[in-house]
Amino acid sequence: MKRQVGAEESKLCRKLGVFMRKCVFGILSVGVIPNHIAFILDGNRRFAKKHNLAGEGAGHRAGFLTLMSLLKYCAELSVKYVSIYAFSIDNFKRTQNEIRYLMDLMLEKMEFLLREDGFLSKYGVRVCFIGNLGLVSEPIRVTAEKVMRATSKNTRIVILICLAYSSTEEIVHTVEETCLVTKKTQPQAFKPRNPQNDVTEDADEHKNKEQNTIKLVDLEKHMYMGVYPNPDILIRTSGENRLSNFLLWQSSNCMLYSPAALWPEIGLRHLIWAILNFQRHHAYLEKKKKQL
Amino acid sequence: MPRHVAVIMDGNVRWARQRGLPSSAGHEAGVRSLRELVELCCRWGVKVLTVFAFSYDNWVEVEFLMKLFEKSIKSELEGFISEGIRISMIGDSSRLPKTLQELVSDAEDRTKNNSNFQLIVAVSYSGKYDVVQACKSIAQKVKDDVVRRDDIDKSLIEQELETSCTDYPYPGILIRTSRELRVSNFLLWQLAYTEFFFVQTLWPDFGKAEFVDALTSFQQRKRRYGRRDS
Repeated sequence: MKRQVGAEESKLCRKLGVFMRKCVFGILSVGVIPNHIAFILDGNRRFAKKHNLAGEGAGHRAGFLTLMSLLKYCAELSVKYVSIYAFSIDNFKRTQNEIRYLMDLMLEKMEFLLREDGFLSKYGVRVCFIGNLGLVSEPIRVTAEKVMRATSKNTRIVILICLAYSSTEEIVHTVEETCLVTKKTQPQAFKPRNPQNDVTEDADEHKNKEQNTIKLVDLEKHMYMGVYPNPDILIRTSGENRLSNFLLWQSSNCMLYSPAALWPEIGLRHLIWAILNFQRHHAYLEKKKKQL
Repeated sequence: MPRHVAVIMDGNVRWARQRGLPSSAGHEAGVRSLRELVELCCRWGVKVLTVFAFSYDNWVEVEFLMKLFEKSIKSELEGFISEGIRISMIGDSSRLPKTLQELVSDAEDRTKNNSNFQLIVAVSYSGKYDVVQACKSIAQKVKDDVVRRDDIDKSLIEQELETSCTDYPYPGILIRTSRELRVSNFLLWQLAYTEFFFVQTLWPDFGKAEFVDALTSFQQRKRRYGRRDS
């Protein structure tokens, strides 16, 4: 009897929590909601140490639950894109054991999401992996592709999982691709001028010069993140205030927020705070633009 | 101590408005802050200081800033030469008035062998523009078969960026005043592992105490570069 009452109370509290969250989100939605929020998930290991959690990767497992919660909140708020820095190319400098452990954990979670389709379908999550996937093992690559295919028709929110990613590698790749395109479109070899054709030849030369002038949009076309909008907010947890080679190009004008909380400690209040600050800065920037 | 400090000097106009002064007074006060920061950096062993004069592209403000930049170079150049300070400019100089272009070029030339300290002034600069111009230069070299496509790597891009004018192109710390929490398209590639320090103070009020706070914060940070904490 006591157990039944306890369970009902718990259910009521949950429903009340959901109702209050919807009210808060309704108020927030009066202002501008960021289209894209990026996260650097820092502090999993420190969390495990702080709470004396047993077992390797206990912090990362707690961090995964936090990620699912935040993704849910973002979907409910109508945020369209969420990016996460899952594994940097620079993280390959860690010990082999740790890399293997993290990759195994990632594989485990991807397989879990494929099996238990509930969460991704319920919240309409489309999963995309961004990075140099040639650097990860075949099982991870194959499973990542399966997850992308399985969620390709979901349309409510996109999660961009940056795996084997770094901005500098993205830019090197972009420069290589841009140079390849430019080399292919280089002007034809020199031909002796015929005075009667001078006008046409001048126009052709001008056109060739224009085609060979590299512009910002030419580079953006080749970026891994090129088809997605830039983030409006970049949140790095655990109080660290640096980008660590994440989205350097895409975050050049976005708001940076560094709460002291460790990643598994991040919750609704941090997200609300970040969005309120974003709305305040957005209003200020719009005011400045109108003054020009 | 970071070898390279980068600063976004924001808040001159707000500072002036708070005092009922014209924005030009704010910018002039900003120059005094910069002079003080250069002296502190020289004294405390910082080798490079890169500064970004932030504006919202208001052309009247930009015109005034250009005149102030010209006036500052003229008044400070002899001092820089005698103190072994090298001055460099990064950014699209073609957008500057001709007289300023010549003045900057002359100042860069006359101080190029100075090695005590380097002041890099970013004018009409953006981190994206820097990467685009590096890409253009590399594309030309690939077309001319000076460089193969396989040779394109991080080092090559570093050499082509405008910050190749210094031996220490990567700032250890980026300080932005007036509590704006963004990079605003200042450096880009160079900020991969830079520690950010956002401070509420407006730029003309940024002095020794604030710089000490920033450096203390920098020294307490654990910089892992992707590795694990030991």
